[in-house]
Amino acid sequence: MDYVIRFLAGGAVVSIFAVLGDLLRPKSFAGLFGAAPSVALVTLALAFSKQGPAYVATEGRSMLLGSLALTLYSIVVCQLLIRLRASALAASVCAMMVWFAGALSFKLLFLGLA
Amino acid sequence: MIVRIKWSALQQTHGYEYLVRFALGGLATLLAGVIADRFGPETGGLLLAFPAILCASATLVEKHERDRKTRQGLKGAERGRRAAALDATGAGWGSLALATFAIAIWRLAPYGILPALGFASMLWPLVAAGLFFFRRKLRRGGRGPRESLT
Repeated sequence: MDYVIRFLAGGAVVSIFAVLGDLLRPKSFAGLFGAAPSVALVTLALAFSKQGPAYVATEGRSMLLGSLALTLYSIVVCQLLIRLRASALAASVCAMMVWFAGALSFKLLFLGLA
Repeated sequence: MIVRIKWSALQQTHGYEYLVRFALGGLATLLAGVIADRFGPETGGLLLAFPAILCASATLVEKHERDRKTRQGLKGAERGRRAAALDATGAGWGSLALATFAIAIWRLAPYGILPALGFASMLWPLVAAGLFFFRRKLRRGGRGPRESLT
């Protein structure tokens, strides 16, 4: 049941931010919503009620590293689109490797193997 | 006005595209929960900034811009790529705002759900908008994807 709630609430919040991104112009401003804390809002609210504040603080610390990896990801997607003239799907999927590599490297570097 | 609402953009989006984003958002949230349960909050927290939505939104932005230009009898592929690049650029700045959201959660979580989530939720749009206007100042005279896309 918990996973069903996660799925529905996550889908709803992400959709709201996505519609905001559709509506707003210019596109570089709308793009900000691609990095909105939509997944985080639902996950953290559920974590607060189930696991408590210490757990949430730990997730927040790791999320900081994940968001830095997201910065790298966005730069790589932009470069693949403009310089290599890749399609948006190819660029955004290929750059996922950069996100994973960045996030796990930052975690190893700053948090160790925890 | 620099930032505006374009209501007609809603008509460009098909029903199945809303459904895809709903499903991707739901799956990303579910995945973050499952990973946190299995590997702990240190690893699960990373997934709170996973770019699942950015992937879908860049693809849709490219498709909409390409279709729009093709309907006008123009070659839309290049324009579509540039629109997707602008979307990704915006997300890059947004990710810095997301980092401030994460710091607020990290430092304020011990004080409870309302101070932490409430403050962080107000901080993200303020920092994101601030960075957007900062970037506009930086770009004056600089190079990069054109802003004239509507």
